[in-house]
Amino acid sequence: MTTDTIHDSHGHDHHDHKMTGIKRWLYTTNHKDIGTLYLWFSFIMLLVGGALAMLIRLELFQPGLQFVEPDFFNQLTTVHGLIMVFGAIMPAFTGFANWMIPMMVGAPDMALPRMNNWSFWILPFAFAILLSSFFMESGAPNFGWTFYAPLSTTFSNGSTAFFVFAVHIMGVSSIMGAINVIVTIMNMRAPGMTYMKMPLFVWTFFITAYLLIAVMPVLAGVVTMVLTDTYFGTSFFDAAGGGDPVMFQHIFWFFGHPEVYIMILPAFGIVSTIIPTFARKKLFGYSSMVYATASIAFLSFIVWAHHMFTTGMPLFGELFFMYCTMLIAVPTGVKVFNWVATMWRGAMTFEIPMLFSLAFVILFTIGGFSGLMLALTPVDFQYHDTYFVVAHFHYVLVTGSLFSIYAGAYYWLPKWTGHMYNDKWSKAHFWCSLISVNILFFPMHFLGLAGMPRRIPDYALQFADFNKWVSIGGFAFGLSQLIFLVVVIKCIRGGKKAEANPWEATEGLEWTVASPAPYHTFETPPKID
Amino acid sequence: MSKGTDQNIQKTVKKLMLIVFAMFGFGFAMVPLYDVFCDITGLNGKTSNVAAQENQDGVDKSRLITVQFISHLSKGIPWKFEPMVKEIKVHPGEMKLVKFYAKNEAAHDIIGQAVPSVSPGRAAIYFQKIECFCFNQQPLKAQEDVEMALQFYVDTELPKEVSTITLSYTLFDITGRIES
Repeated sequence: MTTDTIHDSHGHDHHDHKMTGIKRWLYTTNHKDIGTLYLWFSFIMLLVGGALAMLIRLELFQPGLQFVEPDFFNQLTTVHGLIMVFGAIMPAFTGFANWMIPMMVGAPDMALPRMNNWSFWILPFAFAILLSSFFMESGAPNFGWTFYAPLSTTFSNGSTAFFVFAVHIMGVSSIMGAINVIVTIMNMRAPGMTYMKMPLFVWTFFITAYLLIAVMPVLAGVVTMVLTDTYFGTSFFDAAGGGDPVMFQHIFWFFGHPEVYIMILPAFGIVSTIIPTFARKKLFGYSSMVYATASIAFLSFIVWAHHMFTTGMPLFGELFFMYCTMLIAVPTGVKVFNWVATMWRGAMTFEIPMLFSLAFVILFTIGGFSGLMLALTPVDFQYHDTYFVVAHFHYVLVTGSLFSIYAGAYYWLPKWTGHMYNDKWSKAHFWCSLISVNILFFPMHFLGLAGMPRRIPDYALQFADFNKWVSIGGFAFGLSQLIFLVVVIKCIRGGKKAEANPWEATEGLEWTVASPAPYHTFETPPKID
Repeated sequence: MSKGTDQNIQKTVKKLMLIVFAMFGFGFAMVPLYDVFCDITGLNGKTSNVAAQENQDGVDKSRLITVQFISHLSKGIPWKFEPMVKEIKVHPGEMKLVKFYAKNEAAHDIIGQAVPSVSPGRAAIYFQKIECFCFNQQPLKAQEDVEMALQFYVDTELPKEVSTITLSYTLFDITGRIES
């Protein structure tokens, strides 16, 4: 779409009443400020969760127990998972949504700016509660991020309450963020911005937000049941009182499976925005992308039990969930096809956002394929709870979600900061990450197929060589992420001045405003043809 | 922002909050739904908690079903608890009485509760208990012992491919639960 208004060139000084210092950030209701807060917070959480992962890989560098006790190892894997899912990936996407969605739909701000402030500022408290449990006598949660009952109830080490209240706060934050996005998109689009003209990132986050309000309350419910089972004598999951621990898994995965699409659909949106820009072609199959996203979201509600094939389901159940899961490969395949078709005969250039997007397409597809293998019930009995699963979800979450976040960050950094990022450092970041991430996660496939179970601090001798490589890759990948910190700080401080539209993108209202984006944009809505 | 937009925003927020609360409720509604679903299908191997009627359909002499009994103690209950017969063969429809032996080996009184589970799960709804110690709590004084009865028959409708049924009891200490 194009705009035919030249907007807001009359200066912002008269209504640009920013507060200064810490108060600006505490009291801000500006979607750009809140987006920045979300993005910084998620990056800090990425480093915290990454530090825990470094400890995990340190322990697994050699067979035997060297550095940490098994119980502390379990705490590391649990909190690593929780931080990365709820602290790094999800807030990063919410940060993008805050920064970009109002600009992309031509709205002056989010629809509910004060709630927006609140939904960010409760997050640090949630993670303070969670992380503080490390410093208590009982230790942090050690029952895995999936907190299966009775591990989190009968056999809890006493950290369950901290875990539950932290998750409650994270859930409230996500729900408020999601409501804000939906309300903004439904009510504040610029005149002429019909649903089928919205940029794909807006579409994917719109659908993600619906997933969030549908399943985060279920998560809140299940953690509440875990809380009352542990401390108030109920027996939702306790067979002694007539409950059933398998029911925990059903309720948890009813949340858990849509959750994994919450973490990947916005990534699809970001990549679908970037590839057309650097292929210099329109996105191939825009409407099929929208329908594919919606079908993935729908299917995500009827596949949860593929996480539970080994619980002793009847054959019909196994077949049903297997076929439904495999069906998801169809809309996902449509997306991959569309990305490739967009690049086909395009005038491609390989700037950093494009490099990350290309890596995303290839590596996410590898993660998708290992997911298909896991979907097959008979072979899942072998792969279940092995490093193959770990390899699978790290391919989709790290080289998938995280790489798309980097792609998006590099793509919009000029718009956010007004400067181009440093070419040399950013190339170093990309290539170091790309190589190390594959050394880190690819051998895990073989470890899993050979039978190495996940969530253990020690392993049999035959896994030693691969684990050494995995750990070396892990340390390298961890260090590479610090390069990104350097890039961002350099980019904020200075660098080549960015044009309003540095990529010569043909789509996206955000490129019609100056770089850096003025504090207030689109106070008079742009006109859209 | 115009007044119309403001009203629309409020309307959308209200609708979305409704979804949020409905889904929170749905999370809890899954608990009874799960029980009902499992009751009907017997998928989780749970047998009925109420005494069955005596068999009306006669005995099917053409089939012989092996019924095995096993027992488990849940963590920390200092009882001895085992089936007095490990395995019997029954015709579908035929009534049988077996006994389980339990002894409280602790120096204090304990109330126990046995929870049954049938494998294969789909046989659960065909396993009919007329009398079972699992219907009641079982208080035992220190060092007291008891023989507990289970009277059952296997329904004649039992699917053809099932020839062995394993009935497992797990014994839980519910003293604290009763007192509180």
